[in-house]
Amino acid sequence: MSAIAKLKIRRGSPGGPARWETFEVPFEPGQSVLDGLRWLRINKDPSLAMRFSCINANACKECMIELDGETVYACTARLEPREMTLMPLPNKDLIRDLVTEIAPPSERFK
Amino acid sequence: MLSEPIAIDTDVLVIGSGAAGMYAAIEAARGGARVFMIDRSLIGRGGATIMAQMTVAAALGEEVPDAPRHHYDDTIAAGRGLCVEKLAQLLCQDAPACIRELDAWGVGWARKDGHITATTAPGHDRARCVYVDFINTGPAVSKTLRTVIARNKDIRKAGDICIADLVADGGGEITGAAGWHVSSGAPVTIAAKATVLATGGLTRLYRRNSASLNMGGDGYALALRAGAALIDMEFVQFFPIGHLAPRLVGMDPIMWDPFRYKLGGRLLNGRMEEFTSRYGSDEDGKYVLPRDLATYAIIKEVEAGRGSPHGGAYLSFEHCSTAALRAAFGPVIDRLAANDIDLTGMPVEVAPIAHYHMGGVVADAAMQTELPGLFAAGEVVGGANGANRLSGNAITEALVFGRRAGRSAGDYAKKIARRELRLEDARAALDLVGDAGIGDAASNRNTAAMIARVQAIMADNVGPLRTAAKLERAVAAIAALAAELGERPPAANGGFDLQRLEWFDLRNMLTVARTVAQSALQRTESRGAHQREDFPQMLPQWQRHQRVRLAGGALQLAGAPAAALAS
Repeated sequence: MSAIAKLKIRRGSPGGPARWETFEVPFEPGQSVLDGLRWLRINKDPSLAMRFSCINANACKECMIELDGETVYACTARLEPREMTLMPLPNKDLIRDLVTEIAPPSERFK
Repeated sequence: MLSEPIAIDTDVLVIGSGAAGMYAAIEAARGGARVFMIDRSLIGRGGATIMAQMTVAAALGEEVPDAPRHHYDDTIAAGRGLCVEKLAQLLCQDAPACIRELDAWGVGWARKDGHITATTAPGHDRARCVYVDFINTGPAVSKTLRTVIARNKDIRKAGDICIADLVADGGGEITGAAGWHVSSGAPVTIAAKATVLATGGLTRLYRRNSASLNMGGDGYALALRAGAALIDMEFVQFFPIGHLAPRLVGMDPIMWDPFRYKLGGRLLNGRMEEFTSRYGSDEDGKYVLPRDLATYAIIKEVEAGRGSPHGGAYLSFEHCSTAALRAAFGPVIDRLAANDIDLTGMPVEVAPIAHYHMGGVVADAAMQTELPGLFAAGEVVGGANGANRLSGNAITEALVFGRRAGRSAGDYAKKIARRELRLEDARAALDLVGDAGIGDAASNRNTAAMIARVQAIMADNVGPLRTAAKLERAVAAIAALAAELGERPPAANGGFDLQRLEWFDLRNMLTVARTVAQSALQRTESRGAHQREDFPQMLPQWQRHQRVRLAGGALQLAGAPAAALAS
């Protein structure tokens, strides 16, 4: 029996009700939380909204989320074989699921 | 019911905000233009520039005598006879001015004795490649340009904009673009007197790649569908020693190269033997093996059953002292330690990884494409680097071509009193992005899995080593995926609908994948980054470019020797 990481994710859009969904993803040592989220979208639920760009390099700073109450980059936070709680950043405007408005005001479309 | 699009009006529209797009925006604004710069990702965060941890080639001649003509000679030699010479000349000629301007803007090029210092990257005849320590070149370039732009009131910018198509008037003039705002889902039109494509390359088409998520070849697809020609689409550069194992997070997978030059990291097979000499490329202790040859050697060694455990080669710095490693790697040593990598006692595994695209949109030395009103800058431009790009030329190309495109676009915009983007010209694109883009029965198709399938098809069949059978398999598989994707996106479903965004990504990725596979199938020889195992020789009759166009949904290739077309 291979190890499993449980990702408990808060989902929803602004103005609508938030809901919690828990997904099991395969765990391998060394993987990032982003690896788990990408696996989840490909294999379980492509409708999960998340923001990421450089995937692995800690260069773009787009994949900021709240993990177990702390702000992290999903690409450098390690996946662990336990339940992990993922939420959108609480201090940014929610766009959808794990996506928040993180661009500076002058770089947004308006 | 089609909702009314949000209408933007500007002098110069720049699509893409890597170094090429940002320099184009700065230069167009410097000439007096109002600029609107957009990105499918966030401004200055996606693309290749921010991932480029390596070096930038420019004949500054500060430490050793140098001149653009020497840089040009090396660029031409690396290009295996296929560089578009006027583009390569521009690249080398304007590089020093761009490097010095970035220096004045405070990028922080590494210095020794008061001079900007340079290193010797593979293929260069002398130390010519500048950098920002430690492996911070791309992020520093990106941040510097973004800061310059932030101070400029003539440049507006917006991230999270997905362009569906360029818009042309009845006379074929590009009048702007139409797309949608990803965060809200709202349709958008942008009327522009001149448009600059700065969307970068196509590395996202491959399973293992070294660039950002938005590098799915958008600009190639936009240009093709608007009627422009692409050249050299078969030439995808694989970076030979992309990180493979153990798992390394928080680092660009191509980070090893500069350390290899600095410290002479040894490339070894699974038996810990040096092997590149088997392929006619003895490293000779200088570690300057060109990228195409190193890629070939590693893949062949793996095929022969002599690969490392994860299917690559070992890279070892075990001969270096702790002090030497610390001096060369700086704080990177600590980031490696956080990944349980101790270079004094273990090698790492490396393997070729999709890195850069030599082909692209046809443009002249003013960065004007074949379509009036449309300019191109950076990696999206085809031809400057021929069949194999010289290391260090990618950021140089972004800077030089960006600056030139910005100037040309600004000048072009000045000649146009008023630009109207007629909604009827944008109808097809708006129909896709608007509410009317209601999906068909397959609107719940798994776009994330489909992207993974495109990447597998391309990696397995259109990688560094190719055969007719593999390429034909790829062409068929790509066509099947395109049929599965369908003609209509999933129904609009609120803000940041990632499946809908991926539908638009796939539309572009599959178009571009088809051009790469078909161009590669047609080129019945081996040259630079395009290696055909069934046609292993480089042939003089193939010293020519292939041009691709889209006509009525079919790709048209021109430029192949008569014999190849007949077969």
